[in-house]
Amino acid sequence: MKIWKLLGLAALVTAAATALLTTTTASAGGKEQSQTLVWWHNVTQGPGVKLYKDIAAEFQKQHPGITIKAVPLQNEQFKTKIPIALQSDSPPDVFQSWGGGGLVDQQKAGKVADLTKYVKPWIKSIGGTAAGWQVNGKQYAVPYSVGVVGFWYNKQLFKQAGIASAPKTWPQFLAAVAKLKQAGITPIAIGSKDEWPDAFYWDYLATKLCSKPVMQSSAVTYNFGNPCWTRAGDYLQRLLDAGPFQNGFLATPAQQGASSSAGLVANGKAAMELQGHWNPGVMQALTPENKVPSFLGWFPFPNVPGSKAIPGSLLGGGDGYACSWKAPQPACAQFLAYIDSPSVQRRVGSTGFGLPVRRGTENSVKDPNLRTVLKFRSTSPFIQLYLDQAYSAEIGQALNGAIAKQFAGKATPAQVVAEIQSAAKRK
Amino acid sequence: MFLAPAVALYVIFLIVPVVQAVRYSTYDWNGLGALSDFVGLDNYREAFGDPAFRQAMEHNGILVALSLVFQLPLALGVALLLDRRMRGRGLLRVIFFAPYVLSEAITAVIFLQLLQPDGLVDEVLRGMGLGALVQLWLADLNLVFYTLFVVITWKYIGFAIILFLAGLQGVPDELHEAAAMDGASSWQSLRLVTLPLLGPTIRIWAFLTIIGSIQLFDIVWIMTLGGPAGASSTMATYMVDQGVNSYRIGYATSVAVILFAVCFVFSILYQLFVLRRDVRGGTTRMAG
Repeated sequence: MKIWKLLGLAALVTAAATALLTTTTASAGGKEQSQTLVWWHNVTQGPGVKLYKDIAAEFQKQHPGITIKAVPLQNEQFKTKIPIALQSDSPPDVFQSWGGGGLVDQQKAGKVADLTKYVKPWIKSIGGTAAGWQVNGKQYAVPYSVGVVGFWYNKQLFKQAGIASAPKTWPQFLAAVAKLKQAGITPIAIGSKDEWPDAFYWDYLATKLCSKPVMQSSAVTYNFGNPCWTRAGDYLQRLLDAGPFQNGFLATPAQQGASSSAGLVANGKAAMELQGHWNPGVMQALTPENKVPSFLGWFPFPNVPGSKAIPGSLLGGGDGYACSWKAPQPACAQFLAYIDSPSVQRRVGSTGFGLPVRRGTENSVKDPNLRTVLKFRSTSPFIQLYLDQAYSAEIGQALNGAIAKQFAGKATPAQVVAEIQSAAKRK
Repeated sequence: MFLAPAVALYVIFLIVPVVQAVRYSTYDWNGLGALSDFVGLDNYREAFGDPAFRQAMEHNGILVALSLVFQLPLALGVALLLDRRMRGRGLLRVIFFAPYVLSEAITAVIFLQLLQPDGLVDEVLRGMGLGALVQLWLADLNLVFYTLFVVITWKYIGFAIILFLAGLQGVPDELHEAAAMDGASSWQSLRLVTLPLLGPTIRIWAFLTIIGSIQLFDIVWIMTLGGPAGASSTMATYMVDQGVNSYRIGYATSVAVILFAVCFVFSILYQLFVLRRDVRGGTTRMAG
């Protein structure tokens, strides 16, 4: 008996669902232009929240018939949800993209739309930053904020240790570390628990030691035979041997709490930290006054004299957006164009949300340190994308893990290169 | 027929995913695109050949051994004490059981704070004149796993105590009286009367503890991410690292299948050889 009741219920539910579906299709069909863009982003706090609301509202006003449905997600959640969503039949239309190897993997699987023809009229206005979001010369996503990694340092502590000016070369840098140590100051804070901050040092030394073609081809051929890769580890080892980091750095997180590496610098307990352009924002939240410390300064990673790299080469990366294969076009590309329009880009800078990529909007950035970062970014001859991002996730993670081992004293420079090479062979 | 919905749920949410997992584990797959790169058993070969995974398995093994060796006597001792009539017994029971009620995440965050360099643990040690004992609890590669074991013990010991206390309720006072009448010392009474009757409870606890130790994830992930340099990894942290961080979904699935197989085989063997007599009611015979 019961089964009939159940079946009846099932039939009812099916009928209701069908009815619902038909009505939605009907209403969608009624207005011909009606389109919805589902926008997955990772902005859940800070100045970006209001900016994003404004962007969506303005775009909808300018494009009647297009509705933006924003879905904010925690950054960590984002990384696990994206592959699953892209695999499904209803992927988000617009989603955060960090470019590099991750984008290549998505492109290979046919999950991202080729935007080349849509962005052609304006893509030149964002200059060289567009390159990190291309695959084989075609544009599959566009950046809206690009920064570079550098040393965030405490000017007062540097002065206290008798360091007159920020070090420009690697030997000067090692000398500064020694001086700080002598003065009883922890020279460098690092968040080795998270592993990626370790990788910044190795990545940067490689960028400063290897030639541009070697760096660029490594993300395609995954060949690490050039001796400059091992030399990056050798240089790093010299720094590690100097013992420049805080006590127990292997267990220190980069960003959580006052005892994180960012917190140590923000509270005057360490002199510097090699970090991305987001660091002032992170530090601000970790100080008792909720202010960016006034002693904070920025200098780029020192050059290594006599190497094959172009002096001034930098390591960096940023945020961009991609359109999924299912996104309605040109609506999606129009939305990306709006995010990179001068009006929005100026606000990206002025609110402190990011470092705008559009030429001519750089002046909108108010923070003097971020202005310095931008100055170096826009005059740099070569910006290498963070290696864990430039490479496919598998190889990037293997690299970070191997570098973390060197920091823990469990791998030699040659072993680091051997590990990444063997991860690349597996691919 | 009334079983049908239950069976359907069981098949859809348990059997099918397991079968799917076994299938995925034979592919080299990054989570995007179609399953096309069939690699047979290569993923398994790689896992067993990877020193990092072997290290993680070793850690799980050590954890099983440590848990049985240290937690059993500790929990048993506390349970026996708390079984006696004394003032404040209820309060003490609550205190011992409270950590178990906390979630793993909260436990991990609390201990993360306590174990910071120059954190509360270090300061208390220094205050007691034991400054020489201060260690880099989470940053020392040789120590970090044992630090985690202490945290895990703190967290789960309450569960063991409660189980044993419940078991002790089932030991009739008459038996102790009879034993005393026959001239048994309290130690003999404990060894020959209490422990055998507590046998089924201890065996169940051991089963849950071993399975828990093999699957350990949350506390480790929050406190150390399995680091530094893999020094506190477990099979589960290795799996998440490979799957979620490196997008090696196929490979991580093979690790999941290994984890599943280990637990499955262990459960069956344990049921067959250890729990069998409990089920048959052999305990009364033993006690007699």
